[in-house]
Amino acid sequence: MALPALTPQYVLGLAALLVLVVDAFTPTSRKNGLLAGLTALAGVTSAGAAAWLYAGGAGRTTLFDGALAVDASTSFFTAVFGCVAALVAVASYDYVREEPHQSAYYALVLLATAGMSVMAAANSLVTAFLALELVSLPAYALVAYLKRDAGSAEAGLKYFVVGALSSAILVYGISLVYAATGVFGFAALADAVAGNAHVTVLGAGVVMLIGGFAFKTASVPFHFWAPEAYEGAPAPVSAFLSSASKAAGFVLAFRVFLLAFPLAAFEALGIPWTLVFAVLAVVTMTLGNVAAATQTNVKRMLAYSSIGHAGYALIGLAALSGPTSSDVAVVGASFSHLFVYGFTNTGAFLVVALAERWGVGRTFEDYAGLARSAPVASAVLAVLLFSLAGLPVGGGFWTKYALFLGAVQSGLWWLAAVGVVNSALSLFYYSRLVKAVWVDAPDETGVARERPTGIYAAVVVAAVVTVALLVAPDVVFSWADAAARALVSA
Amino acid sequence: MLVEALLAVTFVAAFAVLLAPARYAGRLAAVLSLLPLVGSLYAYTAFDGTGNALLGGTPAFETVVPWVDIGGYAIDWHVGLDGISLPLVVLTAVLTTVAVVAARGRIDERRSLFYALLLFTEASLLGVFSALDFFLWFVFWEFVLVPMYLLVAVYGGPRRRYAAIKFFVYTNVASLVLFVGFVMLVVATPVESFGLAAVAEAVRSGAVTGAFGLSAGALTGVAFLALFFGFAVKSAFVPFHTWLPDAYTEAPTPVTVLLAGVVTKMGTYSLLRFNVTMFPDLIRQWALPLAVLAAITVLYGSLAALAQRDAKRLVAYTSIPSMGFVLLGSVAATNYGLAGATFQMVSHGLLVSVLFLAVGSVEDATGTRMINKLSGLADRLPVTAAVLVAGAFGYMGLPLMSGFAGEFFVFTGSFAAPYPHARLVTAVAMFGIVVVAGYLLRLLQGVLMGPFEAPTAVTARSRRDLAPAVVLVLLSIYLGVAPGALMGTIQDAVGAFVALIGGGL
Repeated sequence: MALPALTPQYVLGLAALLVLVVDAFTPTSRKNGLLAGLTALAGVTSAGAAAWLYAGGAGRTTLFDGALAVDASTSFFTAVFGCVAALVAVASYDYVREEPHQSAYYALVLLATAGMSVMAAANSLVTAFLALELVSLPAYALVAYLKRDAGSAEAGLKYFVVGALSSAILVYGISLVYAATGVFGFAALADAVAGNAHVTVLGAGVVMLIGGFAFKTASVPFHFWAPEAYEGAPAPVSAFLSSASKAAGFVLAFRVFLLAFPLAAFEALGIPWTLVFAVLAVVTMTLGNVAAATQTNVKRMLAYSSIGHAGYALIGLAALSGPTSSDVAVVGASFSHLFVYGFTNTGAFLVVALAERWGVGRTFEDYAGLARSAPVASAVLAVLLFSLAGLPVGGGFWTKYALFLGAVQSGLWWLAAVGVVNSALSLFYYSRLVKAVWVDAPDETGVARERPTGIYAAVVVAAVVTVALLVAPDVVFSWADAAARALVSA
Repeated sequence: MLVEALLAVTFVAAFAVLLAPARYAGRLAAVLSLLPLVGSLYAYTAFDGTGNALLGGTPAFETVVPWVDIGGYAIDWHVGLDGISLPLVVLTAVLTTVAVVAARGRIDERRSLFYALLLFTEASLLGVFSALDFFLWFVFWEFVLVPMYLLVAVYGGPRRRYAAIKFFVYTNVASLVLFVGFVMLVVATPVESFGLAAVAEAVRSGAVTGAFGLSAGALTGVAFLALFFGFAVKSAFVPFHTWLPDAYTEAPTPVTVLLAGVVTKMGTYSLLRFNVTMFPDLIRQWALPLAVLAAITVLYGSLAALAQRDAKRLVAYTSIPSMGFVLLGSVAATNYGLAGATFQMVSHGLLVSVLFLAVGSVEDATGTRMINKLSGLADRLPVTAAVLVAGAFGYMGLPLMSGFAGEFFVFTGSFAAPYPHARLVTAVAMFGIVVVAGYLLRLLQGVLMGPFEAPTAVTARSRRDLAPAVVLVLLSIYLGVAPGALMGTIQDAVGAFVALIGGGL
């Protein structure tokens, strides 16, 4: 059966509207479960539709006069967003049970997810910007969702201010690129930049675009909002933003830089943007990991570690070197890293959500001895954290290795070396949390903990997928490779 | 499929025990640990492999299934046993059952988790010894680390956290270095797989090219040193040994049995597989400095043992010279040197476990491990005393026990080694035996002989408790009387290598 190319996006958008309709006709007592179920179903359905489209092998479909283009990278990332949204929705069932305005929450999650999946299909700077705003606006509201909670409100405001600034920078960058080239479409841009006469304007525009993407992916130099926003936001929202939203920023960056700004043409103009990304990758991963190592608050540690992971994923843009095969390998590695990271990081933040629900504190010491009262969640946390660190207990091992190998194959072995050192450093702070949970003695023993079904299901699924990706990574890797090929040799 | 079955059964057993109620966890684990034991004994009888798995030999129970392809390199699920790995697989299964039985009555909190971690460690160790693809090997290698860390950190003695984190950090840095070193090496060769045999063939045939700003020779040297460093930390060669006394002493006795008996053998086994088998030229070239390092390890370790007052720490230190002997035999690259090193790994695994079990039993009965607080326990604790004496004499190299056979093979091989001053270095290392005998006799004399003295009343535990130790002593005697039970297959595997590089004896 041939589905319309934008089926996943339609599913997500319509589901968001459906949530609002259902909200109007459902008694309050059953609302939360129904809405969470609907959201999760929409996420899974869109991921399934994306997989279906990929399996159909349609190649690249351009729509709306070239404003959108659906290819393997679209379906790959749509699957990531759908899965993360489903996990977050299932976990939110327990998290927002007592909160007002549940329909708004789920609708915003779905709208943001729809925006992300449009980002993954963007084929012009205009649609790219619109999709990015469709993600950002719901995200600001979601961060501030617990509006009576000072931390949440403060985080929402900070996130909004930095986000608005970076949107302005991004749109200014787009206008400069337009001034230099006179076009918005990626394919047309690729032609227009070759031998462009307005190098300075174009270069300034590209730098500003990089700034805009850095915000969305929480990379240096626009990373500082992330710890604040993730710490204050409801934990499922932190999970959503740090996994799906980051991946969305990356897929857009990859699309823009691979489709619209061909490396060869830019090197001829004297703007080696891979070098910029190499520097950003080094600074981002180092800063993220060093800062994470000094945190005492678990959520902030995860926030900084997510900055570190943005640095790893940036290797995909930094290590582009020209030969198609090695470019496909390293971009594919970056894609699969974001896929694995989507599950692993979401799971880790959802365990924090679980701890917040139990009223466990926020610091490492507060987590001491959690394994005695909650062995399953603690085992899941250990698996997820070790996989984030790159130990071979989860798919993160393969993707980190593939990224570093890709960097080596592109001749950037110093970048790989920095990555390896950072990985080793990251093991230090991840294992500190594992040690607190498994080894340290709890303050009070014999605590009985409730088992919120939704969050438990979500974290267990996240851990199972993470481990399954160690055992059978080829399913995702081949998809990621096809996605990378769709962009590299477009 | 036998290897897969062994791994699957052990992993499933670990999960079953994890889910079992604490009251039954120990018994269930003991029963379930018999499955891999029986399986490994079956592997021993049904073993039909020939030659060295890395040098074109035919490993037994071999399976190759493509697993994943990353960046143009094929990574396979490739397992199989040859004459070097088979004895270690059997040793792992035997010592895990011993550890599980020895844990009875010694562990009284979070028991399900404890036994599950023991079985999980066993499964990972079996994986390390049977993997023939680098990535598979590395996955299992790292798998061992996490349960071992938890076993020491949660169940250990008063300084358990410090000991566990030290162990974790040391071995993890080592893993990282060896991983990077090996991947660098593979990237610089034209092979497109991480199969150990393929890489060994490429390195031997000089297919390494310069990369990373290094010449081919320098790159090979860097990879060799990176691998050696990784294994040296794991095997605790001086000066990379400082994690060992802490971890061994703080870990509860059953965990110490696994740590000392098998986990350090991962290092020496991998040293034999990687550094020796893959780099025959470099092992020739570097033989003298490495042998000197071995001699230093032997002498330093035994002299340090001489200075210990804590019986368990003393036994922990005795492991260091034994690993030095293994290194000495490995770098000799002669038939008896290599075979002796492998044999010594098994023998040391058995005997050091006997010593730890006996010392653990003394501690349980008297509440202390301090040698100067104990005296004259021989008639109060006759079984423990007998086991301790048997273990110590086996360790000192009493003929007709496996320790004698292992050391004899190593020295025979090392004397005939082709590197310069081989006899001198071997003779110096042999002097270590005298020191070993000295401090073990001092231990026996201090604890067992003389007028009775102990801080508390001595409460002997049931005799059944030492049954596993007695079994290990009998196994050691069996291997001492009939070393051919293992030497045949071992020599078949190392012979292929010796024939290749033209070593002697």
